[in-house]
Amino acid sequence: MTKNTVLIRAPFKKLLAKHQVKLFKLFIHLAALFPLINAYYLAFTDQLGADPVEAILHFTGIGAFNLLLLSLAITPISKRFKISILLKIRRLVGLYSFTYAFCHLANFLVFEVQFDWLLFINEIIKRPYITVGMAGFIILLSLAVTSISVLKKRMGKRWQKLHNWVYLAVVLVGIHFYWSVKSEIIEPSIYLFIALVLLSVRFKKLTRFKK
Amino acid sequence: MPFLLPIGNNKFNKALTVLIKTPKSYLLKENEVTPENVYLNRRGLLKGLGFLGAGALLSSTSTTASADWFSKDEPTKFKTTALKFQTDQNTDNLILTPEAKITSHNNFYEFGTSKTDPVNNAQGFKIDPWKLTISGECDKPYTLDLDDLTKAFALEERIYRMRCVEAWSMVIPWVGFELAKLLKKAQPNSRANFVAFETLHDPQQMPGQASRRVGGGINYPYVEGLRIDEAMNPLTLMSVGLYGKTLPAQNGAPIRLVVPWKYGFKSIKSIVGIKFVEQQPAATWNILAPNEYGFYANVNPEVDHPRWSQASERRITSGGLFARNRIDTLPFNGYGEQVADMYKNLNLRKNF
Ligand code: HEM
Repeated sequence: MTKNTVLIRAPFKKLLAKHQVKLFKLFIHLAALFPLINAYYLAFTDQLGADPVEAILHFTGIGAFNLLLLSLAITPISKRFKISILLKIRRLVGLYSFTYAFCHLANFLVFEVQFDWLLFINEIIKRPYITVGMAGFIILLSLAVTSISVLKKRMGKRWQKLHNWVYLAVVLVGIHFYWSVKSEIIEPSIYLFIALVLLSVRFKKLTRFKK
Repeated sequence: MPFLLPIGNNKFNKALTVLIKTPKSYLLKENEVTPENVYLNRRGLLKGLGFLGAGALLSSTSTTASADWFSKDEPTKFKTTALKFQTDQNTDNLILTPEAKITSHNNFYEFGTSKTDPVNNAQGFKIDPWKLTISGECDKPYTLDLDDLTKAFALEERIYRMRCVEAWSMVIPWVGFELAKLLKKAQPNSRANFVAFETLHDPQQMPGQASRRVGGGINYPYVEGLRIDEAMNPLTLMSVGLYGKTLPAQNGAPIRLVVPWKYGFKSIKSIVGIKFVEQQPAATWNILAPNEYGFYANVNPEVDHPRWSQASERRITSGGLFARNRIDTLPFNGYGEQVADMYKNLNLRKNF
């Protein structure tokens, strides 16, 4: 490499290094939002399969679960491979998991039961798989709300305790998925397995948390 | 216009091409503009983005088959041909579900468990030669081959509501003949209390039968049954076509049962055997989960599925997310006048 190119590249590299986190976050925004907006666009215009309601419900459910597992995988991966930048985007991934879960619930209320509140409430109470999904959602909701930095500081130790509930959430969502299918249990089983692997990585932490 | 991403994914770009080619399709009626492969492309798009979940990605059969759809060469599409039949006047003015939806949203686990797997995986399905045997407790057992299916009995159109146990429904213009005609020809004897049906068992053609993963853990061949009076009811149809043409593979070619007052899973597809039997025959979903799927499976808004309500349903016609398509489910799917008498002495809550 000649001296000249180094001179040209150096500031560029510096700039990149400075904005590394921002760029990474931008990428996550795009990667999470593009499929979501695109799916809604197709669903609104009746181009998402014969039953867009079912399609969007499943899309957002799986999307929320994928992102939840991803957010849980970030810590072990960043530790194992010493990539500290990953930790800086963990909250964002978690928040997008919540966003997808919120859309999933909204789809159920608005497009599936179509504001039949009695049916909506009945389904939550009477159907174990929906009860469990709701419990998972409430956990994600409380994590999302308390994720802002001000609250994190103010809550101190209690914050970590609250956020450890995410481990329960991932199990609840896994059960929700498993119970929601008619007979094709292989896919939810794979998801449950991945969830359990991610939990076992933290086995020590969890047992400490209990005491 | 939707958003473009410079991703070198062939499926993705094909899907976008379709998007660009059908601008403002929402302004037009569904059945006028949306060919079924558009749905498939859309699913390919989602799959490409990795959001349909591990199972969809793992399902190699469906990905190879859908890859066929995207390749430039003319995909091998299952052939259907026009039929001659007496038309249904549709006196109830039912709004038909668009053909593209009826043929791309199927529960036919022999070809995969997702709704779009059958249309993706069944295009190469070979139905010639076909043999349908009518046997068991009867004096004149006989066999029909492919040609006979559309020629042995005069065909008529029947526009029926089809209510799936999953709480969605469609309105489908079937073409076929009354099952009673086919049964009477065999002259059932006095021991013929029930009729048992069986789907083709051909794991080489049906990936779901070759792999438990693809087939959703069901034991094949798929079997179903009816009481003899149900089978003889004039509403009970043997369908060989829909929308005026022979049945597409994914809808149960070349011949299937249609029992409009029962949940869809009773209406067994691609039938090779019909047998008169003395005892109540086995039924696939009933064996798999007896607490969820009964032998009778009459549409009944008062008896919920253990995991969801059956009081209402979403009627699939055209329109996107805002179709506001939730309607009340009717006892016997609205066919009570013709069938309720058969169940006078039966506790329908117990015999769900
Ligand atoms: C808030 C309460 C919730 C409700 C009312 C709800 C409702 C539903 C419904 C109706 C289905 C479709 C079942 C079917 O027809 O096959 C479903 C599937 C699913 N839900 Fe939820 N859910 C909730 C919370 C969640 C949460 C928090 C997650 C994930 C973070 C989640 C992930 C899933 C997944 C992965 C599926 C399976 C999708 C598929 O089969 O492709 N759900 N949920």
